[in-house]
Amino acid sequence: MEEKVLKMLAELCEDDIVMENREVELFGSGLVDSLVFAELLFEIEDKFKVIIAPSEVERGDMDTPQKIIDLIKARTAG
Amino acid sequence: MSFFSGYPFFVCFFCAMCPAAVLGIKEKPLRWYRWLLTIVFVGMVYKREPLQLLYLLVYVFGACILIKGYLHIRTKYGRNGGSYGCAVLLALLPLAAGKAGGLYGKSIFGFLGISYICFRVVQVIIEIYDGVIRDVNVRDFLMFLLFFPALSSGPIDRSRRFKEDEETVYKRDEYLELLGKGGYKIILGMFYKIVCSACFFKLLEDNFAGRYGLFYAAGYAYVYGLYLFFDFAGYSAMAVGASYVLGIRMPDNFNKPFVSIDMKDFWNRWHITLSSWLRDFVFTRFMVNAARRKWFKSRLSRAFAGLMVNMILMGAWHGLEGRYIAYGVYHGLLLGGTEVFQKKSRFYQKYKNNLWYKGASWFLTLNMAMFGFLIFSGYVNEALGIMIHRI
Repeated sequence: MEEKVLKMLAELCEDDIVMENREVELFGSGLVDSLVFAELLFEIEDKFKVIIAPSEVERGDMDTPQKIIDLIKARTAG
Repeated sequence: MSFFSGYPFFVCFFCAMCPAAVLGIKEKPLRWYRWLLTIVFVGMVYKREPLQLLYLLVYVFGACILIKGYLHIRTKYGRNGGSYGCAVLLALLPLAAGKAGGLYGKSIFGFLGISYICFRVVQVIIEIYDGVIRDVNVRDFLMFLLFFPALSSGPIDRSRRFKEDEETVYKRDEYLELLGKGGYKIILGMFYKIVCSACFFKLLEDNFAGRYGLFYAAGYAYVYGLYLFFDFAGYSAMAVGASYVLGIRMPDNFNKPFVSIDMKDFWNRWHITLSSWLRDFVFTRFMVNAARRKWFKSRLSRAFAGLMVNMILMGAWHGLEGRYIAYGVYHGLLLGGTEVFQKKSRFYQKYKNNLWYKGASWFLTLNMAMFGFLIFSGYVNEALGIMIHRI
């Protein structure tokens, strides 16, 4: 599942660095901007059936690939 | 009396800030004092326009009923598009009526701060629909809507973030930091609005207003842009500063917008709370919906449409007059164009980190922003009017 998340991220950011470095700052580095973020929310819903509303989660809680993996895990378990 | 303008306000304001500072330093809760000040200032500012005060109170009362009602429906029946849509429309009705009326020079249910309050109410409704807000305390909700520093012209805060600060009783050193930062922002804001924006306004009126031609248009654009920045950023700084002194870490509205290197950067630096509100409550939702329902063939066309919708709404929020809609369309095209350029252009991919490219991009962005302000100011309308008249 973790690999699937990273692959999805890499495709959206158009950069494989997210697969190599799980702690890379997504928003800070410009890898994820508002457009990519919107696409990301849709992909998470489409691929993992986890619905995250745009204002639900702080940017800081989705700022690294690892945090996104953790978030999806928490939502699928709960 | 007006908010953040004129001797009467500032005398009352600085007197009012002193007990806040004392309470904060003594580590006492500020919430009751916030209420006292909000009631007093609303009374003083709206005193001359009792009809507006009536509309404000009616709207706020109606909003409480709407929120509680929608919360009940959402809790009982789950996510239902129909009730959600109705709730949002009802919350926006006075705003829409006000803007439409504005086109005919009529004030329908208009009151100072209407655009900002409506967006605060809609935010709460949307987050109730999301399931992110599960309960609403009427007193907290009212304070979020009416908190006096942000009442007339924002910033547009978020209810959950606001509530957290509202409930916080600060330790002395935390509060002293807020007091210091807040005091600085108030003074900076006063300098921007009272000194700088007044200077640019005078420059505008004396040298560029009512004169047409390429030189005058360019001059008007730049001077008007600077006037607008210092006026609005000055007001916002004072509002944020006052909030800080009262223990609310209101978000900033401006962050050096004239250093923006492209239009996307610009909208992260200009009227930040409005653009992030639109991003979270319009743009992102549009994009997710468009992806879900496969409205567009490509991600890029979806993005372009989303940006147009977002920016046109931004324009219309200011008013339904042509110049505001044109302003929205203009920025929609710029942002859409920027996205297409950044995704498709090999030139961009190759040179985007070069210093000369960044410099050129900065310069172009600055001029595009200034031309946008020229549209916003109504100058373009006037100039077109004169040109057509001459033909």
